Amino acid sequence: MLPEMVKLRRKGEELLEDGLGLLRPFATTLGMLFTRPITVQYPEEKRVLPARSRGRIILTRSPDGDERCVACFLCSAACPVSCISMEAATREDGRRYASWFRINFGRCIFCGLCEEACPTLAIQLTPDYEFSKATIMELVYEKPALLVDHGGKDPDYDFYRHAGVTEKGEKGSHVNEQEPVDVKRLLP
Amino acid sequence: MSLWLAGLALLLVKIGLVLFVVLTGAAYLVLAERKLLARFQLRLGPNRAGPLGIWQPLADALKLLMKEDTVPAGADRPLFLAAPAMSAATAMLIFAVVPFGDSLTIAGRPVPLVVADVSVGLLFVLALSSIGVYGVVLGGWASNSSFSLLGAIRGGAQMISYELPLALSLAPVVMLAGSFSLVDIVSAQAGCPFIVKQPAAFLIFCVSALAESKRLPFDLPEAENELMAGYHTEYSGMRFGLYFVGEYVNMIALGCLVAVFFLGGWRGPLLPPFVWLMLKAALVPLVLIWVRATLPRLRFDQLMHSSWKVLTPLALANILVTGGLMAALG
Repeated sequence: MLPEMVKLRRKGEELLEDGLGLLRPFATTLGMLFTRPITVQYPEEKRVLPARSRGRIILTRSPDGDERCVACFLCSAACPVSCISMEAATREDGRRYASWFRINFGRCIFCGLCEEACPTLAIQLTPDYEFSKATIMELVYEKPALLVDHGGKDPDYDFYRHAGVTEKGEKGSHVNEQEPVDVKRLLP
Repeated sequence: MSLWLAGLALLLVKIGLVLFVVLTGAAYLVLAERKLLARFQLRLGPNRAGPLGIWQPLADALKLLMKEDTVPAGADRPLFLAAPAMSAATAMLIFAVVPFGDSLTIAGRPVPLVVADVSVGLLFVLALSSIGVYGVVLGGWASNSSFSLLGAIRGGAQMISYELPLALSLAPVVMLAGSFSLVDIVSAQAGCPFIVKQPAAFLIFCVSALAESKRLPFDLPEAENELMAGYHTEYSGMRFGLYFVGEYVNMIALGCLVAVFFLGGWRGPLLPPFVWLMLKAALVPLVLIWVRATLPRLRFDQLMHSSWKVLTPLALANILVTGGLMAALG
């Protein structure tokens, strides 16, 4: 074949490829026309969010119905926007609790750092995101509004059964706790 | 005297009917575009105003009418106010020469189903599309805004460049029909539509018309990610609405022109002529929407390149070939 012919043929192939490149997208978009739309029509249809998605914050309870929160202030310290505030108090049986607990959802960014910081699994985020309000002060939630009567993501967890505090059960009776060593005996 | 009055009444009725159909068509074309574009992008599109969103055009019109009509400080007020009307009016005037059926006979007199059978109808159409450039250029210039001005300059350059292949692609049609009148051009296609005889002219006309309508992939005058909204950045309320209506009326006008010049106008079996024209005219807007969903925007140099180095020479060659064949075949 003459070099001119080869050149011409290559040019023709390029032109064909370009033409197809112009037409192929049309087939793609036409295919989309016959594909079911992925729109979720929000107020009527609601997406089922994953259980661990971060929405409205709750305060959970132990299996025995006591509040989990011990008012340690770790969530409040971890909160990057300082939307959590509380006051600690001690019950007659020696247990700490929050005498008031307040989350300003107008400021909350739903980052979940409070949940990560919490040693007792008390503060948890729920998938509920539909709690917009007409006035901003309604977004300030107090303890009764935050407290729920279930254990949230880990309902069987009881901080006091692990922590070794004598308030619930004697020494050595907690989960994974060994019998206390009798220091008066010298036997190995 | 009474005959003269009857003629006037008939004319007014025809104008009223055409405007009603065209404006309603434009309003629902907006809805069709939003719906189709949404489906192309796996969305649903407007479906809140009435079943399937059929009241959406009314809601849009109401919204535009109730919005504040602002004129920017330092704008050339008379031009600013007049420019959108220019854009919309030129688009609507094209329908004056589009024939939508064979002539009827009412009370023994022939009534042509066209608002005005102008003997230079094709030139009238081209002239209107040239005047349409003023709507863009003056609107952008009068706004006293750099985005508008840039859009207007682009629009002016683009529309003037594409007018050349647009007009040249129609020359073979005129040669075949032997007339500038749109009525005669439709009559000349009684045997076979010109798309069969002139596929190249059809393609050149379609691409140029797409560029004339300033739609994707040729929407550089209003390229929203560079120029906000281009020449109509500063417009609000119903004045923006006029530009909007102008664009969609223009799409329908292009559909009608493609139907008249290449697809045989109102001719077709079984269905009434008007329905045939509507069907053929709807084809182009639908394809324009498909193109919008598919192709990205061109670069400005590519735009100019395709007009001056590709389409114009092709159109000229097409005229030569057509003339040669006509001379050879007698």
